[in-house]
Amino acid sequence: MADIALEDRNPAARQDNQDPAIFGQTPSQTVGPFFHYGLPWKGGADLIGKSDMGARPELFGEDHYVLNLSAPTGTPTGEAIELAGIVCDHDGEPVVDAMVEIWQANAAGRYRSADDPRDDIAIDPHFVGFGRSSTSEAGEFRFRTVMPGRVPGPGGSLQAPHIAVSLFARGVLRRLATRIYFAGSDGLADDPVLALVPAERRDTLIARRDGEGVWRLDLRLGGEGETVFFDL
Amino acid sequence: MTDPVPYRPLDAGAPPLLFPEYGSTRLRAPHQPPIAIPHTLTETTGPTGCWDRLMGPAAADLTAQHKGEPIGQRITVSGRVLDEDNRPVSDTVIEIWQANAAGRYIHAKDGWGAPLDPNFTGAGRVVTDAQGRYSFTTIRPGAYPWGNHKNAWRPSHIHLSLLGPAFATRLVTQMYFPDDPLIEIDPIANAVPMPYRQRMVSRFDIATTQPNHALGYLFDVVLKGRDQTPFEEGGDHG
Ligand SMILES: [Fe+3]
Repeated sequence: MADIALEDRNPAARQDNQDPAIFGQTPSQTVGPFFHYGLPWKGGADLIGKSDMGARPELFGEDHYVLNLSAPTGTPTGEAIELAGIVCDHDGEPVVDAMVEIWQANAAGRYRSADDPRDDIAIDPHFVGFGRSSTSEAGEFRFRTVMPGRVPGPGGSLQAPHIAVSLFARGVLRRLATRIYFAGSDGLADDPVLALVPAERRDTLIARRDGEGVWRLDLRLGGEGETVFFDL
Repeated sequence: MTDPVPYRPLDAGAPPLLFPEYGSTRLRAPHQPPIAIPHTLTETTGPTGCWDRLMGPAAADLTAQHKGEPIGQRITVSGRVLDEDNRPVSDTVIEIWQANAAGRYIHAKDGWGAPLDPNFTGAGRVVTDAQGRYSFTTIRPGAYPWGNHKNAWRPSHIHLSLLGPAFATRLVTQMYFPDDPLIEIDPIANAVPMPYRQRMVSRFDIATTQPNHALGYLFDVVLKGRDQTPFEEGGDHG
C-alpha cells in the first residue's frame, strides 16, 4: 500500500459487493410501491396490439414518462385472448401496488429465445411473448395475448398450454413464480408440472372462461384458495 | 429433445418471504411452501435480443433526461452481470429506478415532504455488453422515511430489475451505498442474512471516478448459474 500514491489509492477494503469471499447470487429485494414510472411500459400488457395497457401513467407526470410505448410490428398468429385477474392478500384485499409479468410460447409452441433449440418450429416475427401489467386501483392485472401452443416437458412429455407468471409487490421480498393454465385445454389432465401440485390446489392455476376470448384467474397471496407458487 | 439443463436453486442469501419486521410481508407472504418443479423450456428460456422493441432505447444517463441538471451528487455505477460460476451474462437488460437526491420519488403516492426535482425522473435502462459490463450515470438518491415503524428510514438505494437469460433467473434487487449507517437497521435489507447482505452494498472506486465529474461505484449483479450443457447423449461413444 505504501508504494501507491495517495491519489491512486482506494479506501481500505471492507466486505461489500466486490469481496470474492462472499461472491454468489445477488439477493432479491422487494420492488416497493413506487416502480410504476420505472418498469411497466405503455403497452407492456398488450402483446398483440397497440393499446397502452399495463402502465399507470396517472401515477406520475407526463414529463416523467421515459418508458417506451410498445411498437408492435404486426398481428401475431393465433387465437387472441384477454387474461385478467385480481391480486389479493391474505385478507382478500386487492393488492393495488403489484406487478404481474408473463412469459409464454407463441401459438405454435415456440419460445422467442436463443435457448429454445427447436428450429423446426417457427418464431413468430410479431410476437415476443413477454409482458408486464401493473395492477389497477382495484388490484386487477390484464393482458392481451395469444393462446400459447404446447411445449415439451420432462422426458419427452408434452405440457398443456400455459403461461409463466412472475408476481412482484411491496411486501414481497422475492419474485413469486406461478403458472396460468386454461380450463378445458388439451393435455391438462396429464400435464407433468400440474401433476406435482396436490389435486385440491390445482384449480388455483387454471383460468376459467369469462366471456368470448376472456379468461380469468385471481392470484391469491394467502387465505382461502391461496395460489400455488413454484420453487424454481 | 433432451431435457434442458436446470438453473440452480436460490442460495443461502435469498431473503425469506415472511420477515415480520418488514410489516407488509405479514399479509402478503404465502403461507404454503412453494412447490419444486423441474425446469422445462418455460423456465430455461427468456426474451432475448428484443430489449429496444419491448422497452425502448437504452437510457444510461439519468442526469440528462430534462432541460437542466438534477441537484445532487453525480455518480456512475458500473460493473458486470455474471452468473454464479463467474461467467458474464451478455446482452441482458437492467432496469433502474430511484428517488432523487432528497429521497423523493416522482410517484404520485410518495407522500414524503422532500422536494421534487424538475430535472430528475430517476428511471433508466441499460443492456450489458459481450463481457457482461454495464454502466449508468445518475445522482446519489437520498434516504427517505417510510411507515414501517416509528422513525423508519430507508437507506439510500437504487432499485434494479434484471431478466437474465431465463424465466428462472428473474431478479429484482436494490443497490446500497457503503457509507450508509441506515442499512444496519433497515428491515428490507435485514431480510437478507449476513454476510450475504453485503452483496448488495456497492463499493466506492477511485479508478472509475471521473475527475471533476462523478464519483464511481462498483456493483456486480450475480444471477443463478447452471451446469454447462452436457454433450448430446449417444454422440461420442467411439
Ligand atoms: Fe425505494
